[in-house]
Amino acid sequence: MSTLLEVRDLAIHFATETGTVEAVKGISFTVQKGETLAIVGESGSGKSVTGLALTRLLPEPPTIYKSGQILLDGQDVLKKSPRELRTIRGNKIAYIFQEPSTSLNPVFTIRNQIAEALRLHRPEVRDLDAEVIKYLDLVGIVDPAKRLHDYPHQLSGGMQQRVMIAMALSCQPELLVADEPTTALDVTIQAQIMDQLRELKKQIEMAIILITHNFGIINGIADRVAVMFRGKIVEYGETHTVLSNPQHPYTRALIQCIPQPGQKRRRLTTIDHAALEAAS
Amino acid sequence: MFDHWLTQDLLVLLGMGLFVWVLWSGSHHERWQRAWIRFRQDRAGLLALIVVAIYLFVGALEVLQFPTKNGGTRTVLDVFVSGIHDERSYSAPLAQAHLDPSMGNLKGLHLLGTNALGKDVLVQTLKACKTALIIGGLTSAIYLPLGTFFGILAGYFRRWVDDVIQYVYTTLASIPEILLLVAIIMVAPGGKNLGTLSFALGVTAWVGLCRLIRGETMRQAERPYVAAARALGQSHARIVTRHLLPNVLHLVLINFVLGFSGIVLAEAVLSYLGVGTPVGTPSWGNMIDGARAELGRDPVVWWNLVSATGALFTLVLSLNLLGDALRRAFDPKRG
Amino acid sequence: MLSYIIRRLLYAVPILLGVIVITFVLFRMVQSPEAIATIKLGPKASRLAKDEFIKSEGLDRPMPEQLVKHIKRLATFNFGTSWKTGRSLSDTFLTGAGPSLLITLPGFLAGLVASVGLALYQVFVRNSLLDRSLTFFAVALMSIPAVVYIIFLQAVGALALKYFPAAGFNYEGFGTFRFIALPILIFLVLNLGYDARLYRAIFLEEIQQDYVRTALAKGVGNVRVLGTHVLKNGMISLITLTVAELPKLIMGSLLIENFFSIPGLGNVLVLAIQTSDLPVILASVYLGSLAYIFSLILTDVAYALADPRIRLS
Repeated sequence: MSTLLEVRDLAIHFATETGTVEAVKGISFTVQKGETLAIVGESGSGKSVTGLALTRLLPEPPTIYKSGQILLDGQDVLKKSPRELRTIRGNKIAYIFQEPSTSLNPVFTIRNQIAEALRLHRPEVRDLDAEVIKYLDLVGIVDPAKRLHDYPHQLSGGMQQRVMIAMALSCQPELLVADEPTTALDVTIQAQIMDQLRELKKQIEMAIILITHNFGIINGIADRVAVMFRGKIVEYGETHTVLSNPQHPYTRALIQCIPQPGQKRRRLTTIDHAALEAAS
Repeated sequence: MFDHWLTQDLLVLLGMGLFVWVLWSGSHHERWQRAWIRFRQDRAGLLALIVVAIYLFVGALEVLQFPTKNGGTRTVLDVFVSGIHDERSYSAPLAQAHLDPSMGNLKGLHLLGTNALGKDVLVQTLKACKTALIIGGLTSAIYLPLGTFFGILAGYFRRWVDDVIQYVYTTLASIPEILLLVAIIMVAPGGKNLGTLSFALGVTAWVGLCRLIRGETMRQAERPYVAAARALGQSHARIVTRHLLPNVLHLVLINFVLGFSGIVLAEAVLSYLGVGTPVGTPSWGNMIDGARAELGRDPVVWWNLVSATGALFTLVLSLNLLGDALRRAFDPKRG
Repeated sequence: MLSYIIRRLLYAVPILLGVIVITFVLFRMVQSPEAIATIKLGPKASRLAKDEFIKSEGLDRPMPEQLVKHIKRLATFNFGTSWKTGRSLSDTFLTGAGPSLLITLPGFLAGLVASVGLALYQVFVRNSLLDRSLTFFAVALMSIPAVVYIIFLQAVGALALKYFPAAGFNYEGFGTFRFIALPILIFLVLNLGYDARLYRAIFLEEIQQDYVRTALAKGVGNVRVLGTHVLKNGMISLITLTVAELPKLIMGSLLIENFFSIPGLGNVLVLAIQTSDLPVILASVYLGSLAYIFSLILTDVAYALADPRIRLS
C-alpha cells in the first residue's frame, strides 16, 4: 500500500466582515491508495472545508491557506498553478456533493454533463454516448440509454446522486471525495447509495474520503476514521478500533448519538461543547 | 391656496416632520437597526447621503419664504445671494462683459455666466433644486401610499381583490408612459403646473411599486407567523399594520430613493416635450431644453447646459448610489 | 402550450378594452365638442365650420354611442386620417415603422451584446476594484438624462465631424447608415448602464449556485464556466426580459427621432402631441398597448420554452 494523499499541519482561515474565522486549525492525516477514510464531525467542525481544500475549491477572497501542505503523489497542491489544478480536479480527485438536485446543472442533459468531464480528461474516448451509458449502468441506473437526454429535474433524488457518482467516476479518479453524499436523501435511499458505494469500492480500486456527521453510515465502508471537532482532529485510527474503544469524550458522545434499533425510549444524548472545548 | 407662502412653508415642514417620524418609528425594528449598522460602514453610501442632504438643504432654503415690505415674497436663498445682480443678457462664466459686446460690461462676477434674461446661471441652478425636490416630493407623496396600499391589499387578500388590482395596473401599464403623462397633463384642469405634473407622474409610478410590494407581501403572508396570528383571532387590519407593513417598508424606502432619481430625470424629458414645468419656473429640464437652441448660437452658449446637467447628474447619481447602498444594507447577500 | 397561449390572448381582451375606454375618457369626454373643434380647426374658425365638424365627427352623439363606434373602428384598425396632415393613419404608421426599426433593432441587438459582455466580464473579475469601478460607471451612465446624451452627441458627432448629418433621413441603400449611425449609438448608450447592472445581478446570482462548484470540481476552467454554465442559466431570466422589450421597439425612440428628424413612429407621435392631433395620439396609444400586451404574452411563452424545468413537465 502506498500513500496517495498526505495532509500535514493544514490550517485554513476565512477573512470575514466580523473578523478572521479559523475553520481548520492544523490537521494531519493520510490516505492510502484504495483506502476509505471517513471524516466525521458536526456542522462547523471543518470537515467540508478540509474536503474542498484538497483541490483548492474554496473561493479565494475569503479563504486563506494559512499553513501546511497537501501532498498528492508527493507534490503540494497548494503550490500548484490554476492550470495544474484543473488537471487534478475531476481527473485525480473527483467530488460528489450533498445536494444532488442543485449540484447538477439544470439546463444541460445528464449526458452532456458527464460528456463534458470525459472530453476534458479523457479525450481519447471516441464514443461518448457509450461511455456515459457504461457509467450510468455501473452506478445502478436502470435503462441508462433512455436516460441519456433527460434533464436533472426529471430524475429522483437518489438517481440524481447516482448520476453525480457516475460523473465523478467517469474520469477514473484516484480519490473520490464524498461530502455528505446521503444527508439530503431519504433514509431508505441513503442505504441504497451507501450500498452502491460499497459495491463500487469492491469493483474499482479507488480511495474514498467520506465526509459525514453520521457515524452510523461509515460501518462496512470506512477503513479508517478521523473525528473532527472545531477545526481539529481529536481521534484518528482504524474504524473498528475507534468504534469499539473511543478515546476522546467527543467521539464517545457522537457514538452514543447513533440510534439503536430496539432501544427503549430514553433522553437524547446532547453534547456539551463548552466542556469539550475546555478539555481539548 | 398652494401659492401662498405660508402654506408652502408649512407643507414643507410637515413633509420633513413626516419623514423624520417614519425614520424614528422604523428605528425600533430590528431589521432597520441592523441595516443602519451595515450602512454606517458603507463609505460610498454615506457620501451619497451627504450629497443628497446638501441638495435638500439648498432646496429648503429656496422653499422657505417670507413676505417683503412691498407685498412680494423672498426666499431664504434670495437673502444669501442678494449680492448677485441681474445683467442684461448672456455672458460667459467669469467674464467681465456681455457676450454681445455692445451691451457693455457686467455689474458683477458670475461664476457660471448669465442666461438670456441676464440672470446668474449658478443661482438659477440652485433655485431649480427646489423645483426638482418639490416634483419628486409631491409625486412620491402620491405614488408611495397608492402603490404600498394596493400592493399589500393584492398580496394579502389574493383572489378577486388581487385580480381586480392586477387588471387595473396591467391596463395602466400597457398605455405607453409618455402618452399617459402627456394625456393627463393636457386634460387636467388648472393647466400645466407642478401639481399636475406630479399627479401625472404619480399615477404612472405607482404600478412598479405595487407589483414589488404585492410580491413581497405574498411571500410574507405565507410565513407561519401570519397563520399563527390568524389562528389567534387577530383581525386583518392588525395583521397588515403590525406584521406585514413593517416588513415591506424597507422596500418602500429603497423604491422611494431610486424612484426619486427617475422622477428628476423624467422632468427633463417632459420639459423637452413641452409638458414639463411651466416656462417661468427655474428647472434643470427647462435649462437643458433651452440649451438646444443655445448650442447653435455663435459664440456657443454652453454654460446653461453644463450647469443644469451637472447639478442634475450629481443628484441622480447620488440617489442611485444611495439606493444601492440601502439595498446592500438591508440585504447584504445581494451585493 | 397552445391552450396556454389562447388563455393569455383572451385575458388580453379586457385589458385592451380598458385601455381604449381610458383613453377615450381622457381625450373625448374631458373636453367639450366645441373645444375639440377649436383644436382641429383653429380658434378663428367660423361657428358654421365648427358645427359641421362636430356633426361629421359624430361628436354630438351620446357618449356611449361614440364609445362603441370608437371601439369598432379600433378593432378593425380603421384609424381614420390625421387632423393635421390629412393622410391616412394606417399609411403613416406603416411608413413610419421602417425608420424606427432601422434604429431600434440594431441598437437593441448591439446593446444586448455589449451589456451581456460587460456583465459577464464584471462577474469574472467580481469584487475587484475593476468590478466596482465598472458598476460606478454603469450607474453614472444611467444618471445622465437622455436629452443630454442626444444634445451632446449630436453636437459632437454631427457638427464637429461633419460626416454624420445632424438631421434627416433617406433610404440610400448602404448610404442610409450615416443617418442612423448616431441614433443607434445613442440608443445603445442610453440603455447600457441599466441593462449591464441588471444582467450582472442575474449572473452574480447564478455563479453562487451549487452547479458552478460542481463544474469547477470537474476541472472546468473559469472562462467556460462563465460562458457556458452561467450564461446558459442566466439566459432564462435574460430571454424573458429582452423578449419583453421587442414589441416596444417598433414604436421607436421619441426623443432620438425628434432630435434627428427621423420620420419614424416616435417622431409621428411627438408631432402629434405638439399639435394636439387627437386621432394620431389615440391610435398610437392603442398600438402601444397592443405591443405591450403582446410582449407580456411573448414573455410567458419565452420563459416556458427557455427553462427545461418548465418545458418538460
